[in-house]
Amino acid sequence: MSAMVTVFLKEVRENLRDRKTVFNSLLMGPIMGPLLFVVMMSVILNRELDRAEQPLKLPVIGAEQAPNLVGFLRQQGVQVLPPPADAEAAVKAQEFDVVLRIPAEFPQAWAKGESAPVELVYDASQRDANRPRERAKDLIEAYGRQVSALRLLARGVHPLVTRPVAVVERDQSSAAARAGQIMAFLPYVLMIGAFIGGMYLAIDTTAGERERRSLEPLLATPNSASSIMLGKLSATTSFALASLVLTLIAFALLVPRLPLDKLGFQLDFGLVTALKVLLLCAPVVLFASALQTLVAAYAKSFREAQSYLQLILFVPMIPSIAVMIVPLKTELWMMATPLLAQNLAINKLVRGEAVPTLHFALAIGVMLVLALVITAITAQVYKREQLAAST
Amino acid sequence: MLEVQDLHKAFGKVRAVDGVSFVARDGEITGLLGPNGAGKTTTLRMLYTLMKPDRGQVLVDGQDAQRDPIAARRQLGVLPDSRGLYKRLTCRESIEYFGQLHGYDAATARQRAQALIELLDIGSIADRPTEGFSQGERVKTAIGCALVHDPRNVILDEPTNGLDVMSTRRMRALVKSFREQGRCVLFSSHIMQEVAALCDRIVVIAHGKVVAAGTPDELRASTGESNLEEAFVRIIGTDEGLAA
Repeated sequence: MSAMVTVFLKEVRENLRDRKTVFNSLLMGPIMGPLLFVVMMSVILNRELDRAEQPLKLPVIGAEQAPNLVGFLRQQGVQVLPPPADAEAAVKAQEFDVVLRIPAEFPQAWAKGESAPVELVYDASQRDANRPRERAKDLIEAYGRQVSALRLLARGVHPLVTRPVAVVERDQSSAAARAGQIMAFLPYVLMIGAFIGGMYLAIDTTAGERERRSLEPLLATPNSASSIMLGKLSATTSFALASLVLTLIAFALLVPRLPLDKLGFQLDFGLVTALKVLLLCAPVVLFASALQTLVAAYAKSFREAQSYLQLILFVPMIPSIAVMIVPLKTELWMMATPLLAQNLAINKLVRGEAVPTLHFALAIGVMLVLALVITAITAQVYKREQLAAST
Repeated sequence: MLEVQDLHKAFGKVRAVDGVSFVARDGEITGLLGPNGAGKTTTLRMLYTLMKPDRGQVLVDGQDAQRDPIAARRQLGVLPDSRGLYKRLTCRESIEYFGQLHGYDAATARQRAQALIELLDIGSIADRPTEGFSQGERVKTAIGCALVHDPRNVILDEPTNGLDVMSTRRMRALVKSFREQGRCVLFSSHIMQEVAALCDRIVVIAHGKVVAAGTPDELRASTGESNLEEAFVRIIGTDEGLAA
């Protein structure tokens, strides 16, 4: 037991002296992840805000052909602009998102009561252009419906005859849930953080120690190999946990700066949520550290260990990406699936939804058991004589 | 006292150690001499219980090392072939670390580290990080770590490897002082002159077997060679892998 404490204290002391480690696991990881996340989110959100608030700017070619339509658009708050010389080129050059062209045959078709053509010029590969195009299309169609209703009335037909079905959309997502959707990225950042925070130490204390040829003298001291391993593992876990706590603090400080409320979103990232997330992630940190220590024990050099551990980083990515791509309905077995459970539970927590105690306990319990199993396996590996004598 | 009885160890098909027996007594320097790859390091690793022998027994002060490896290691001061240092710890911190690993509390470990720093005469480098130490300084620091618990038995695997002439001389003086303190010193080397100059008894290992054992005089007599170097070449059958 005391050997474990001795090894733990020495590893912590030695690694705190290493600027590279401190920078990577206690500064870069915890700050960069949340910062990148928040910057990305605020870019997306601000854009949404811009789109929603700004009047639609619409250059119209041949406005004189359909003064009533243009008048309607103006009435609806559209800024009708003089047309560019070449509509297609202007759209391609992203000078305008969408241009309305009213062809010369419009008045004729209109007068005859035929379908009068109008053209919307846009570039579908420009994601920004989609929203303005939809708005322009909706407005023109609304104008069309208005006119058609009037024409039917003039002929003594009730306009509703042409609309046998009326679709009414009732969105059930709460504002918080919509924000949560955007926040689906958060568990991903946290899970990756749990794996990255201790990675450097996991390598340094095992493969690194072997590469520096200092493992053999250590294992020749009168201590069990497992107590030495546990000391190293607790140092790795402590660094990873510190990294996670710093990451959560960074999130708690940065998330409120997002303009979520302007979009009617509410995001719960208070102290209680942060603590619950920490509780959910702590066993993941232990699991990640144990797995990394185990894998790094098989590597002969620092570099070899590094390449193995980078592959392990894909492990936490799989459930996170799965949750992002395929919206899952939470079922009990999912909460018993390591990593997937954490993703789902964190998603719920930040949306302000309640996570049942059973689910919470299951998510933590299964992960903890798994972490302990990996730790036990690692302890066995450390007893193998090849470990020290491979040089 | 260290006793090795009929040790065997194979790695796959390679019989690294194939029936090695010898005794290293207290107050004597026992030399384990053999060409590179003869099985010296593997024999020593079984002695300090880092490896399990396939067959045979190791007795440390009369106690079976395999039955209680941790108790055996407590009686041993080991300078292994691999003796890397922690580059971000100072020499003193390194020795204190090993003191604590031997079960000393912080204050005792500090006292022991100070005692060894004086014994090894490394006061001038004691509080520098070990990164950038010369070979000699590195070996001395490693010996400080190995002897922090004042062990009766000292195992040194090629302690003069990579040392310059002056450091080698100091190392030899140090090994002799261990003998004067009544310790049992087991010393491996592939350098004949060194073993001849230092050791009271010599165990010659080749191809995993003990091919000769005795005092330098006995070895000379048994081979009929007056020159120890010729005696070794005759015993081993080749001069390959031996340095003069």
